[in-house]
Amino acid sequence: MADLKNVFDEMFGTGERHREPYRDYHQWFESQDTAWLHRKSDEAETVFRRIGITFNVYGEEEASERLIPFDVVPRIISSREWSRLVRGIRQRIQAMNAFLYDVYHRKEIFRAGRIPIEVIASNDAFLPQMIGVSPPGNVYTHVVGVDIVRTGENEFYVLEDNARTPSGVSYMLENREIMLQMFPELFARVNVQAVGNYPKNLRRSLGNCAPRSYEGTPVIAVLTPGMYNSAYFEHAFLAAQMGAELVEGHDLRVVDGRIAMRTTQGYAPIDVIYRRVDDDYLDPLNFNPQSLLGVPGIFDVYRAGGVAIANAPGTGIADDKAVYSYMPDIIEFYTGEKALLKNVPTWRCAEPDALRYVLDHLAELVVKEVHGSGGYGMLIGPAASHEALVAFRNKLEATPSKYIAQPTLSLSTTPILTKNGLDPRHVDLRIFVLVSPNEIHMTPGGLTRVALNKGSLIVNSSQGGGTKDTWVLEE
Amino acid sequence: MLGKTADGLFWMFRYLERNENTARLLDAGFRIALTRADAAENEWTSVLTTIGIKQAFLEKYERMETTHVIDFLLRDPSNASSVTSMIQTARDNARLLRTALTRELWSATNECWLTLRELLAHPVRERELPFVLSTIQQQNALLNGTLHNTMMRNEIFNFARLGTFLERADNTARILDVKYYLLLPSVSLVGSSLDNVQWETILRSVSAQRSYHRLHKGDVRPREIANFLMLDLRMPRSLAFCYSKIVDNLTHLAKDYGVRQPCIEQAETVFAKLTDRSIEDIFESGLHEFIQDFIRDNNALGSQIEKDYRFYG
Repeated sequence: MADLKNVFDEMFGTGERHREPYRDYHQWFESQDTAWLHRKSDEAETVFRRIGITFNVYGEEEASERLIPFDVVPRIISSREWSRLVRGIRQRIQAMNAFLYDVYHRKEIFRAGRIPIEVIASNDAFLPQMIGVSPPGNVYTHVVGVDIVRTGENEFYVLEDNARTPSGVSYMLENREIMLQMFPELFARVNVQAVGNYPKNLRRSLGNCAPRSYEGTPVIAVLTPGMYNSAYFEHAFLAAQMGAELVEGHDLRVVDGRIAMRTTQGYAPIDVIYRRVDDDYLDPLNFNPQSLLGVPGIFDVYRAGGVAIANAPGTGIADDKAVYSYMPDIIEFYTGEKALLKNVPTWRCAEPDALRYVLDHLAELVVKEVHGSGGYGMLIGPAASHEALVAFRNKLEATPSKYIAQPTLSLSTTPILTKNGLDPRHVDLRIFVLVSPNEIHMTPGGLTRVALNKGSLIVNSSQGGGTKDTWVLEE
Repeated sequence: MLGKTADGLFWMFRYLERNENTARLLDAGFRIALTRADAAENEWTSVLTTIGIKQAFLEKYERMETTHVIDFLLRDPSNASSVTSMIQTARDNARLLRTALTRELWSATNECWLTLRELLAHPVRERELPFVLSTIQQQNALLNGTLHNTMMRNEIFNFARLGTFLERADNTARILDVKYYLLLPSVSLVGSSLDNVQWETILRSVSAQRSYHRLHKGDVRPREIANFLMLDLRMPRSLAFCYSKIVDNLTHLAKDYGVRQPCIEQAETVFAKLTDRSIEDIFESGLHEFIQDFIRDNNALGSQIEKDYRFYG
């Protein structure tokens, strides 16, 4: 896998000369002293540590708050490339919300035979409690983090649609902040589109999804599982930036048919809950009775239209890996158009023919758990040892329906700053999408995750991944 | 504002204040231990009594040895009142209520935590102690300065200040509670050099040596010290000063919310006891009783604030 010769590099393409979007940056970089850049890089780490931009690692006593490594070389996207992504994602998100409405109402797409009903019938992500419930404005996925990978000049794929409680947006904002602090002159030289409006847009977008019951400005609260959650920093960050309250389940209760938070002046009603708690933990009366993180009765208030919950319960059925493989059909069914962005070809191991193919080509494929996330429990065939392949083969044969397989994509690279200067590493891109009844909005930028280990394809922060600032250029 | 947030702010600033007080008491105690070896054991006993952890210490160690006291107070994780335990709790609270703090105040808190954690990662040798103690005080000063320079004067500020002054009043009162016998009028007749050292120690433990001497031209007398620590409204660690601030902050909250809660009555009553009489009146009716009443009233006020502003539910 260490062979990067035929890989598309976003700074240099497949040749020696830099690509057009990187022209100004490259020129600037060439005139910098590398030792100075390294000092800047250390400086960035000190600042991150001081501000406490950390993520929690589960199951580790010491050093349980870790920094995600940050690389100072930005990832640059031209405005033309960006508009193409925007069109594709907008179409996809539209279809996704139509699909969710359909899944929980008339189920037309299954009646039409485009998707077998088994895909949802036996799926844990399908929430029967949502059947017949229409969220305010029929918006299900208020916030989505779409993961995009690139394999060539014009080859973009959607790797995952994260439609439950996607995280990472705080890193997008803090990465830009730190770049502005460290390299102000760069931003005078290169016209980069701003990302800083995200919290304001999030507030507006969520406010537009409030149920009609509120008076004046809708009250928004961010619901977090608490300070030991891995993304707690982000929950606090977004609440602060939006001027919203950061609440936990025990701060809330049902008062007069609405959700209210305990304040120093008594209970005050909330109109929109931006929850970063999973469906299962939302309401011990309606879902997992063991949950201490949720609010008893919140789902009943929701069903009666007393509060908006973002994202809506039950959206997991739309970003499930089994459903993912049907996304091209879903887009076509609801929009009448061909999908603009490619899906990664996917073998559903539940199907005997697909399983046979996967077992025959295991060493070339990436195999993922249907319900897994964070890069855990997956097999990267080309990088796996013989023992790992045998072990995985056994798992596949035992419970094939738990897995899907995809070809190992040759992810594009972007250089990072190393001791020996620029060196390419594989990257992906999470784009943050805000959905309200009248708008689908994408912040020009996103979170670029980079696999810091040479040749590695795993970009997850829990497994040696870092981040970069992502620039979308002005036209 | 969430009740939980008010609770977190109140206790965050109580712990920070307590940390500074611990550093100050250690500093005063260490001075005695260095200069008068025979008095060291006594002094450490009174320091631990003041902080309320003498029992816990004696369960772990047999004798009041300076190195053990230093370690117990600064870095023992089993001691919830050690500096490391308290900065951890204060920082946990800050993390919990991060949305209520300015970016600058959060950074200052986080940096204080990082600095102290590193500083106290290993046992502190006696010769490093002065540096360690002054760093603790400096970090706290940075934090309080940031609070003043960056935070809005609103309910958030009020709850933070209530925590600071309730804790500070408690601390000054506890010092007086342990050392009251040194301040009784009969003692001044003795006027031995030991008393002088003891009085200086009291002043040192509230960082008031220089202010006191400036005020009294070097004349150290127990009556004046008692007056200074209890009733002087100019002295930022006196009981009266703390209560003027507590009443101010509660009044601000009452105005802001448009509701006068029972706690404000309580605070005004305590404040009146510190302003409507002279130090002679207090000596007359019993210094020790007065201080013990004060500590009780101060605790009761804390509970009433928690109740009135729904810290817990």
